[in-house]
Parts: sequence; structure tokens; C-alpha cells
Amino acid sequence: MTVTLKSRRFRTEREADWRRLENLLDRFEKGQRASLSDDEVIAIPVLYRATLTSLSMARAISLDKSLVDYLESLSARAYFCVYGARTTLTERVARFFVRDWPEAVRSLWRETLVSGAMNLLGTIVAYVLVRRSPQWFSSFVSEDYAQGRDPSASYKQLYDTLHGPQHVDGLSVLAAFLFTHNARIALLSFALGFACCLPSAFMMIYNGLVLGAFLALFAQQGLGFELGGWLFIHGTTEIFAVTLAGAAGFHIGWGLAFPGELSRMDALAAAGRRAAVVMGGVVVMLAVAGLLEGYGRQLVQSTLVRYAVGAAMLTLWCTYFYLPRGER
Amino acid sequence: MNAATQPQPPPAYTPPQPRMRELVTPEGIDLRIVLAEAGERAAALLLDLAIILGVLIGATIALAIVGGVLNFGVEELIGVVWLLVAFFLRNFYFTAFELTPRAATPGKRALGLRVAMRDGGRLTAEAIFLRNVMREVELFVPITLVFAVGFSEDGLAYLMALIWCGVFVLFPLFNKDRLRVGDLVGGTWVVRAPRRLLDIDLAGDEVETEGLFSAEALDAYGVKELTVLEDVLRRRDPATMKAVAERIQYKTGARPFGSPLEFLQAYYKALRLHLESRLLFGRRRRDKYDKP
Repeated sequence: MTVTLKSRRFRTEREADWRRLENLLDRFEKGQRASLSDDEVIAIPVLYRATLTSLSMARAISLDKSLVDYLESLSARAYFCVYGARTTLTERVARFFVRDWPEAVRSLWRETLVSGAMNLLGTIVAYVLVRRSPQWFSSFVSEDYAQGRDPSASYKQLYDTLHGPQHVDGLSVLAAFLFTHNARIALLSFALGFACCLPSAFMMIYNGLVLGAFLALFAQQGLGFELGGWLFIHGTTEIFAVTLAGAAGFHIGWGLAFPGELSRMDALAAAGRRAAVVMGGVVVMLAVAGLLEGYGRQLVQSTLVRYAVGAAMLTLWCTYFYLPRGER
Repeated sequence: MNAATQPQPPPAYTPPQPRMRELVTPEGIDLRIVLAEAGERAAALLLDLAIILGVLIGATIALAIVGGVLNFGVEELIGVVWLLVAFFLRNFYFTAFELTPRAATPGKRALGLRVAMRDGGRLTAEAIFLRNVMREVELFVPITLVFAVGFSEDGLAYLMALIWCGVFVLFPLFNKDRLRVGDLVGGTWVVRAPRRLLDIDLAGDEVETEGLFSAEALDAYGVKELTVLEDVLRRRDPATMKAVAERIQYKTGARPFGSPLEFLQAYYKALRLHLESRLLFGRRRRDKYDKP
């Protein structure tokens, strides 16, 4: 006498549904989402639930291990599909600019103030020290970075670095280089914030020190106002971006050091989500700054216009981030 | 007093999967996902780095050829393209691939891995961006540092820097979930999500119910042994099958017939019928040590 196993009948009855779900998932995962018809999209969650039921039944009645493994893998794939991200990339990008980014920047206002204050502190300290005795300059700025802009340079040499001969040819390379370089530094100073804020704080202060040292150097030769314009045109965007990167680093480090009522892991993940949004925006800001620095500064030689452009950018960012806006 | 001397029930059989984690869907079913091992993660990363390097080299050669052919003022454009390609590959290669429905880079796909949220929720773009931004400290700074070995004058400072980087690089080896710092901050982890195919049912359509094996022969083994037998039958290695068939014949006293393959298939069907019919009555015999 022969019989058919119950687990075998169970499989025969449901196999078509599993195969159908597998086929839909294959197409979905390959990014052919557009090729799925409405009926097929609606079928995925229904088939997913049917497969979950099959899985729990198979675990109870079937001793065919490969079948249970298959159903586990299929259910997990369907789970990630059904409960996965549902927005398209365009929607996601639009929401980032309209809502998420300004919101995240606003919610980090405390960290932004601290980070800005550290920047400012570094600037003032270096400025005062270098004005008192120019030897301090070399402690803040390395020789390669100074490129001849040091206390021994003459007025003419310093002036030329600000209003140098125009190399219009290489501007886009310069802009791209500045952007990629600055973005890397910003991402790094953010990522380092994980170590309880300290490296981020160091980078913010150091950034201020270099700035202050240069200001003092040029001010000594009576070029302070002109250097201001040279820095201001892109600096308002760039230093703002670097300050925000530091703020995001502080936010993460603070979440780790003082998790409050959450567990340390949860606090870190929550802080990380908000900081990530800010950092995404910082990269965008640095791209703008790179363009301003690479193109704007070389093409605009008038100090007053440089100030005007810098001030306009600052107003733009502040309006965008901090101006109250209606809900929705 | 009596309670203490009573025999304790044997501990429940747990499969040897130290990386198995509970993932209960909203429908209330545990998917029992398995986390990726550190070795798999490293292999996936090396694959990805090789791809990045390959693309970069390819792009450089292609740009050089374009520059050579056109030969009029395109150097600037090429410079820009190269800088941007390098930057985006380094910072957004991982992010871009993990944002796709597969939630995995080509390297992870090759090893059957994917990124998932630790709380089982929706994988957000922020989390993916975040876990990959942290790569800067975990991966690119240490790589730069290793290549800078000849340039550092201060040996102690270099050693300190190495130790500092080592904390980040080796982080996944020191927690049971194999999280790297980026996973920690992003609230993610990397799980195995292999794309399995449905194999044939070894029991076939019909199972002979009587005559071939005695009741004692079928009581010799439990579910665990059945699974091992299934594995042997799917692999179909002649030497293994012969050894297993002889072992079963010796242990159960079953009379041999046909080839080892035929014998094992018949025994598998009979044993599965036997164990499954008891399963339907709520009795799962874990392994041969469990009472029948």
C-alpha cells in the first residue's frame, strides 16, 4: 500500500503561490518595479502573508529541511520588500530639501552654537597671539599650507595672493578639487564626533586657529579688509557647513556620552539619524562653496562685491534654515 | 525534596547557529534571521573595494584616451570628471547600492548579504547614509595611515594612531552582533539573505507504507538524523552514501537491498513518514537520544 505524505500534499497545493511570489520578488529586486502591473503589486502583500502562513505550518508539520529553509528565505525577502522603503528616490530627495534638512539643522541649534563658538574662540585666540608676536604664525599654519603667506612676506606678495593673475582655465578643476577636499574633511570631522565629541571640538578650534592666524597676518599689512572679502565670498557657506558638520559630530558624541532615558545604543541610533540628515546637507553646501571659491572668487576681483556675494549667501542659508515656516 | 530528585527534562535542542536572531514580523511569525559573519563582511568589502579600484582605473584610462583623441582643451573637463568620479565612488558607492531594493552592494550580493534595521523596521535613507559616512574613519583613514608608514618621523605617534584606528577597524570582532561603528550609529546590521531555490521533495509522490522496514528500524533515529540523511541524499556523493547505508543497516538491522542510493531513498521516505505522522500528533523526536 502506498500513501502520499501530508507534507508533500501541503507543498503541492501551495507551490504555485510561492513560485509566483518568488518571480515577483526577483523582478522587484532587480529594480524592474515599473514592469510590475497594478495587480501584481497588490498581489505581493497577499502572497507574502500566505507564505508566512505556509512557513509556520511547514515548521509544524514538515520535516523537509530544504522546504523550510526555502520558505524562510522567501518570507524574509518578501518581508523586506513589503516593509521596506516605499518612497522613490525623487520623492525622498524632494522631502529632504523641503522639510528634513532645515528641520534637522534647526533641531541642532545648541550644537551649532557651541561649534560656532569654538570656531570663533580659535579665531580670536590665534588673531590676538599672532598680532602680538608673529612667531606664533608658524605654530598654527604649516609651511605647505601657508605657501609663502607668512610674516616674512611683503605687502606685494600678500596682495597678489588675494588678487592674483586670473587663471580662468583651471577654475572648474579647482572648484571640483576644493569641493571634494572640503567634503572629505567635513565628513571626517563628523565621523570623529563618535568619540565623545572631543575630536570634533579639536577640529573646530583648529579650523578657527588657522583662520585667525591668516587674518592677523594680513591685518598687520593693512590687508585685513581685503582678506575678509577674499574669505567671505565662499567662507560664509563653507565655514557654516564646517560648523554644521562639527555640530552633527557633537550631536552624535553627546548622544553616546549622555544617552538620557534611552539605552546607549538606542540614543546613538536616534542621534545618528538626525545628524545624518544634517551631514547630507553639509555635502550640498560644500559643493556650493566649492563653486563660489573656484569660480566666484577668481572671477570677482572687487572686494566689495565679494562681501556682497558672501553676505547674500549667508542671508540665504539663514533664511532657509531658521525662518519659521507653516506646518505641512 | 521530591521535586529535586525528579529527572529534569533534557534541554531543548537548539541549532548550532550562534548568529541567529529573532525577527518577529507584525504578523507574529519569527523569521529567524542569521547575521553575517565577520569573514563574509570582510570578503564583501574586499570585493567592493576591488570594484571601486577597477572602475577608477578604467575611468582613468578612458579619460586619458578621450583626452588623447580630442586633444583640444578637454584636460580641464577630464580633471573635473576624474575628481568627481573618485569622490563619488569613495563616498557614495556604498550608499547608492544600499538604497536599492536589494539593500546590498555588489560585494554583499555576491555573498548573499543585505543591510537591515536592527529593530526590524523600515530601512531608511538616513541610516544607510550614516552607516557609510562612518566608513571614513573605519576604513579610509586607516588605509591612508598604513600607506603613510614611511613618512612619519615620530614612531610613537604613529603607533598611537595605529591603535586608535585599530579600535574602529576591529570593532566588529568585539561584539556579538558583528556591528561596525557605522552599524551602531545607523541602527542597522548586516544579515544573510540568500536567494534559495526550491529543491525537489525527496519523499516523491508515493511512499510505500509497509514491508521494507521494521518498527524498530524506524525508531532508531530522530529529526536531526533525518536532516543529515536529507543532506546526504541531496549531495549524492557515492562514497558517503555507501558508508551511511552500511551504518544504518548495521545499526537498525535493516536488510540491505538495491544500491545504496535506492536503499537510502527508501529509508528516508519511510523514516519521514514515520516521524511526520508522529509530528501530527504533537510528538517531535529531536534526535536519536530523545525517547521514541
